[in-house]
Amino acid sequence: MNTRIINTVEALLFGAGRPLRLSEIRSLLDSDGINAELSDIKQVINILEERHDGSSLEVVEVASGFRLQIKETYSPSLTHLWNERAPRISKALMETISIIAYKQPVTRGDIEDIRGVSVSTQGIRSLLERNWIKVSGFKDVPGRPALYTTTKEFLDDLNIKSLSSLPELPEPVRLEDNELFSKVI
Amino acid sequence: MQNSTQIQLEFPTVMGQPFEKLPEDLFIPPNALEICLETFSGPMDLLLYLIKKENINILELDVSKITDQYIEYIELMDVLQFELAAEYLVMAATLAEIKSRMMLPQEIYDEEEEDPKSALINRLQEYQRFKTASENIAILPRVDRDFFTASAGLPQLKIHKEEIFITKDELSAIFQEIQSRPVLTSNHQIDFEELSTQERIQIILAILSKRNIVSFSKTLRKSEGRPGVVVTFLASLELAKEGHVELIQNKTNEIYLKSRKGVAN
Repeated sequence: MNTRIINTVEALLFGAGRPLRLSEIRSLLDSDGINAELSDIKQVINILEERHDGSSLEVVEVASGFRLQIKETYSPSLTHLWNERAPRISKALMETISIIAYKQPVTRGDIEDIRGVSVSTQGIRSLLERNWIKVSGFKDVPGRPALYTTTKEFLDDLNIKSLSSLPELPEPVRLEDNELFSKVI
Repeated sequence: MQNSTQIQLEFPTVMGQPFEKLPEDLFIPPNALEICLETFSGPMDLLLYLIKKENINILELDVSKITDQYIEYIELMDVLQFELAAEYLVMAATLAEIKSRMMLPQEIYDEEEEDPKSALINRLQEYQRFKTASENIAILPRVDRDFFTASAGLPQLKIHKEEIFITKDELSAIFQEIQSRPVLTSNHQIDFEELSTQERIQIILAILSKRNIVSFSKTLRKSEGRPGVVVTFLASLELAKEGHVELIQNKTNEIYLKSRKGVAN
């Protein structure tokens, strides 16, 4: 594998500032006059992984492709770099995104049924603006409510490749706990 | 000394007293409302919290008192938060209903009717699953909070920008020159020769009088392009309708026109 391909791929990952798919890298290389097969590019990625072994960086595969990241060990140092931290996500919004993630596609009504509280338009909008969820269609019931699904960006932001990498949804509470509920209520 | 003051400052105060702990039961001081709304994501969450605390038994709970408390909250609430208060009240009403049913002898209510208590338990169970799941997701590493993506500054991209220097006199001279140009252009309409279906029928018939069978593509003139194909196709259909030709299409895409007279012969 020649250094030019390796360095070009590395430069692309550095410059893109977002995950790149293998096919995307291939066509970018192609317009640069470099012909490479997908398997070659995968090999380049492996070489880059090795190259960054002793550095502060790593190549990570997420839902939308490959990207360069700063190793998590150095995160604490970086948090001091910005005055503003990543916006905190409220408990309520976390519940909403979780219901969408595990039960997608869902309507706002489905979320409200589980949460027992109305889901604010603002909350849904903030998830849409964050590109964590999208409208995937409309349910064929009166009112045609929007059906929400999670996006690849949601998975990217959680550093995972697919929905199956999410923590498993807990089973409903067991009988003993159930009795506890009954006792209390 | 200073340290302890700082710690105290972190707690909101209610009626001058630091509000350090969540209330032990449903009786939440109205002023602490906002704190509670932030702490609990809804009535289900609040109820789960109380159940977890285990030291609460609804049978001993004065539901009417809670209701009064909630109404006080609503009065304090601004319009935006009103919706949330309504749901807390719905939950209080559900609890009240459950409590009242439990005080009645079992036989009195209809068995087929859904037991509000088991319905509530089911909802709480389902809610708890997603609450736990959401807590699990919340602790997953998150971009810009727990980890950061790497990117490098882009090199200065070479963009050639040609600068144009012109004076206002030059601009005016150019404009005048353009205006004074003689008008040498005029419009004229070009009519396309119309393709006639009738004419094409005559052509096809002429071909078939010699050959008996001909492929559709042989009856076309390439120069006529797509309209030519359409006209020829219409002509073929017309001939087939009139019974002069038979249209045959085999496994290839080619259509053949066969003279019916040929069949008769």
